[in-house]
Amino acid sequence: MTSETLEQGATGALGGKARKMSTGRLGDRLFGLSAKGSGIVLLAIMAAIAVFLIVKALPALQSDKANFITSQEWNPDASPARFGIAQLAFGTVLSSVLALIIATPIAIGIALFIAFYAPRRLADGLGYVVDLLAAVPSIVYGLWGLQFFVPKMNHVADFLHGHASWIPLFGGDAVGGRCLLTAGIVLAIMILPIISSISREIFLQVPRPNVEAALALGATRWEVIRMAVLPFGRSGMISASMLGLGRALGETIAVALVLGSAAGISLHILKPGGNTFAANIANTFGMAGPNGQSALIASGLVLFVITLLVNMAARAVVARRKEFV
Amino acid sequence: MSAIDLSGPSAARKIKDKVALVLVCVAFALALIPLVTVLWTVVKNGLKRFDVEFFTHSMNAIGGRDAGGGAYHAIIGTIEQVGLASVIAIPIGVLTAVYLVEYGGGGRLARVVTFFVDVMTGVPSIVAGLFIFAFWLKLLGFEYMGFAGSMSLSILMMPTVVRAAEEMLKLVPNDLREASFALGVPRWRTICFVVLPTAFTGIITGVMLAVARVMGETAPLLVTVFVTTAINNDPFKGPQMSLPLFIWDQAQLPQQVAIDRAWTGALTLILFIMLLNLAARLIARLRKPVSR
Repeated sequence: MTSETLEQGATGALGGKARKMSTGRLGDRLFGLSAKGSGIVLLAIMAAIAVFLIVKALPALQSDKANFITSQEWNPDASPARFGIAQLAFGTVLSSVLALIIATPIAIGIALFIAFYAPRRLADGLGYVVDLLAAVPSIVYGLWGLQFFVPKMNHVADFLHGHASWIPLFGGDAVGGRCLLTAGIVLAIMILPIISSISREIFLQVPRPNVEAALALGATRWEVIRMAVLPFGRSGMISASMLGLGRALGETIAVALVLGSAAGISLHILKPGGNTFAANIANTFGMAGPNGQSALIASGLVLFVITLLVNMAARAVVARRKEFV
Repeated sequence: MSAIDLSGPSAARKIKDKVALVLVCVAFALALIPLVTVLWTVVKNGLKRFDVEFFTHSMNAIGGRDAGGGAYHAIIGTIEQVGLASVIAIPIGVLTAVYLVEYGGGGRLARVVTFFVDVMTGVPSIVAGLFIFAFWLKLLGFEYMGFAGSMSLSILMMPTVVRAAEEMLKLVPNDLREASFALGVPRWRTICFVVLPTAFTGIITGVMLAVARVMGETAPLLVTVFVTTAINNDPFKGPQMSLPLFIWDQAQLPQQVAIDRAWTGALTLILFIMLLNLAARLIARLRKPVSR
């Protein structure tokens, strides 16, 4: 990894005594402290996010007369308040997993295309084109999804329901475009650039000798990729898709605009409706009373913890890889 | 009797190779479909209302079904909120990067900070908004205001700025630092007048990409700033519109005039972001950071 070697270079040259070198002047100490202070501010913000979400979520959690984990209702402003995250968690996980299943193979294909198939001179430009997908804000994906993609998906849903309703996923009574599958596809588009750019970086790090060894054995281009590139990049690709998953779990606005608002847990991914943590917050926050806001913060806390775990796991995979390489 | 054909890979292997080639090309083409259709629909639908009125008028006293109106108030809000967010996030982000590269030296605190910067990149934007809501609006009792949105945006910006600045500072050759130290220049002056200027263009590029990224964030503003139809030039007082919220607001109305306004808002937002991206790339190309 280029950054890694550079880091080693920097610490190597400045390491040891030179690191601690300070003239002890006021300016030096002030600057050093403010730099250190900024790092600490960052840590404090992360801690504060966790603390404040917990503190503000507690009142609603105590008022909850239903089971917070298993209940499918969401009536925190009623008295007695009854709400639970089962339906939100289900929609969030299902739409993100759908996105991951759709996006990962395509993203890795794109990364392979840019790294190994595209003409050298075009590679950078093509990478930039894929990165453009990441530059489009989620609200624009939401608007596009609602106005352009959902009408198209109405036909797709009808088609799949008509021809493949024996597959449980595509079954159900009513089908429509504002369903979890559409949300999953929109999310997949949004996480494509992350997964493909990280995978591409990993692929470019494949040691040249490995590739040349495979070529020397007479491997075709695909065999080089299968024998030398993919095994080397496996953990990188896993962590890339987990980072993508983290992004998909927390994505708010596009999902909120695309999904219809029918409640309930259903594995029929073509059925209009479904809801996610983030979309529920975006859609109901404005109308929520004090206890409703508190309940939404509680659901935000759950989302925060889930994305934190997914991201940490992704980082751990990367860190483990560093030890082995 | 069959001789082994040594002239090339067997047919099966060739076919596999070709299939892989086709699949990989199809994957790339698939990614282009959403990109092209998004840009095409935004430009096509956005141009309908891309007129003078849109950029000079607010939505004050204009209902959902009325034609006309514009996003002047939203553009003002977006510029002020993103500007304030940058003012908060850039110093903290760059100083943190300076700490990690120049002072941290792989120490314990530096490792913890690096880890949490990574984790912070993954904080969902709506969670950043909820945090500011819980802290600024609920605990400290302030009203909805543009600045609250700025704070939540700055949380999303910080990790990006740290990452970009860190990468660039690492590229600064050690010879420069050592030469400066050898002349007896204090460390902080070395950093401020030798290291940072050397990495300056790179940092600016990273910062502009970070700004472009938060410019389109909607979710945190939804819970911290709130929607308004009137022009509000003061980000420290009362609800203030922003472009993403403008699109969100108009897109949910059933009338076609409102949807048209949303599309033009989207076009404006994308133009802003593309301009920032282009400028960042140009700066990056104009003066590449010195590397060894």
